[in-house]
Amino acid sequence: MSGILKIALKLLVNDKSKFIALLVGITFAVFLMIMMMSMFSGILARSSSSVYNVGAKIWVMDPAVNNATSSIPMPDYVLSHARSIDGVKYAVPIYFGNALVKLKSGTYQAVSVVGLDDATLYGRPELIEGKIEDIYAESAFVVVKDAEFKKLESPKVGTEFEINDYRGLVVGLAKVSSGGLFGIPTVYTTYNRAITYIPSMRFTTSYILIEPKSEADIPFIQQQIKKIGYQALTRDQFVHKISDFYTYQTGMGMNVLMMTAISFIVGLSISGQTFYTFILENLERFGALKAIGAKGHELITMILFQASFTALLGYGLGVGLASGLMILAKLRLPSYAAQVTYTNLIFAFVMVLIMAGVSSYIGVRKVLQIQPFDIFRG
Amino acid sequence: MGNVAIRANALVKWFGEGETRTTAVKSASFEAGFGELLYIVGPSGSGKTTLLSMISGILKPNEGNVLVEGKDIWQMKSDDIADLRLHKIGFVFQDYHLFPRLTTVENVAIPLILKKMDWNEAIKVALEYLEIVGLKDRAELQPVKLSGGEQQRVAIARAIAGHPDILIFDEPTASLDGDTGRKIVEFIKTKILNPQRCVIIVTHDSRIYEYADSIMKMEDGKIIGFEQNTLHVV
Ligand SMILES: Nc1ncnc2c1ncn2[C@@H]1O[C@H](COP(=O)(O)OP(=O)(O)O)[C@@H](O)[C@H]1O
Ligand SMILES: [Mg+2]
Repeated sequence: MSGILKIALKLLVNDKSKFIALLVGITFAVFLMIMMMSMFSGILARSSSSVYNVGAKIWVMDPAVNNATSSIPMPDYVLSHARSIDGVKYAVPIYFGNALVKLKSGTYQAVSVVGLDDATLYGRPELIEGKIEDIYAESAFVVVKDAEFKKLESPKVGTEFEINDYRGLVVGLAKVSSGGLFGIPTVYTTYNRAITYIPSMRFTTSYILIEPKSEADIPFIQQQIKKIGYQALTRDQFVHKISDFYTYQTGMGMNVLMMTAISFIVGLSISGQTFYTFILENLERFGALKAIGAKGHELITMILFQASFTALLGYGLGVGLASGLMILAKLRLPSYAAQVTYTNLIFAFVMVLIMAGVSSYIGVRKVLQIQPFDIFRG
Repeated sequence: MGNVAIRANALVKWFGEGETRTTAVKSASFEAGFGELLYIVGPSGSGKTTLLSMISGILKPNEGNVLVEGKDIWQMKSDDIADLRLHKIGFVFQDYHLFPRLTTVENVAIPLILKKMDWNEAIKVALEYLEIVGLKDRAELQPVKLSGGEQQRVAIARAIAGHPDILIFDEPTASLDGDTGRKIVEFIKTKILNPQRCVIIVTHDSRIYEYADSIMKMEDGKIIGFEQNTLHVV
């Protein structure tokens, strides 16, 4: 490290109380921002878990659907229409619904039920125990072994249970890539069994999943579906639609945005203010350095270094604290939804850079203004 | 007396404009040579600090010019003036201006570090200068732990560490008791002044006049007298 940076560092770090105040300000702001954003990202990711888990390329739905789990049943002609479109390799229905499971202990547990197309089992999960063909057996269900699994009293292959007053039999355990938002277990069965067990309206198809012949066919398929008043979305479009719903129509996005902004402002004012006081108190020192022969750009380097050193350290501490807390929370609450994404990290980093930038800008202005003569005169 | 170190020609400096304008230095001309210990004396407010600042590249005069080793410093770019201060001029400020968050030896190393000397090397050299001022055993202490006279010596060590040709002291004995003051000036005279150096001391402390080679008197911004020292002790 060059000598002037080392001096800058010592001036900063040896002023313990102010340095700690600076760090606390930035750490706190980063911590809050990361927590808020991670919570939000976690919820967004979970809200689309069914879409990811089923893995179909195209989803056909009623245009009013804005959330994978609250589907609007579609009449059968939509499926026939979908199958007739050029470019569709195959199109199958899928059923999403909820049921009540009566546990051995006598208590009830809500579950979400996915009914897979009987002919193809399209959207089937990956099994970690049992064989997927067994799903055709009488009363067969596959239980997803995720964070909510315990709520079904950790059933094994062969465990029997009661679901909506019908008999159910566990024939397999599955793993899925993403857990759901609502904290209830998920079971898979066939489409026909699902609609038999779960009371439903006249129409039963929640979504139609389409496998196109090629990527290039997608726009045409979407256009053909639109003609009959329905909507065909690619997986990413659907995820996007769900995220938009949570972000803009539930008030959640707005709240997170506000909290993040407040954390930023609080952090900026604490750290900016403290840094400014630090600079003011050291003004004489900077003036003396100037008098001795330090050049303007060297003083600027020193201040930028001081500000960015504190900012980066505070950023690291804040991220560490937030991650630590999330890890702890996940140990206690398996379905805790927060997740740190790169976008969150980068966003918080940019915010911290802005804090450092603003603080050093004020500092630099002040330091460049001082006249060594005023120092010299005493 | 050797060559001319500093020549000031008709320096004028005023502060403020219009009604509030006060002229601190009114057409001051003088020169100081290498090997010379020059005193600038005069009552408070007579313009001594202002004059020192102009000849050392800290304060730009309104009129006149300053030649340091023959170069007109106020024609230079500000970074070059900073370089001149760093390489040619050593300062001891009126109230020392030591850095409380750095150790004594780090304080002394500052000019060396600004000269881009490697940190460890700078600390080593700074230690040698602390030894010269008799404070080697205080190297790791913070300046606030030192007495006034010791702080003054640290400031001197810092000023000479950069190996300047010209040393400038503004009232070095003002906040010291008589004995300590005398010792400091005696030290400057015997250990720091040499034929390649010019030392200028601003003071109104008549107890130390005997060490001067020449004495320049100021009053109300004007130089009113310049004499070779008759009290001179050799
Ligand atoms: N920055 C300044 N603004 C206004 N007046 C100043 C400034 N610096 C010095 N002066 C005035 O210039 C005169 C000379 O000041 P100074 O050089 O500090 O005197 P000395 O060092 O001899 O005590 C004083 O009247 C002082 O008030
Ligand atoms: Mg003065």
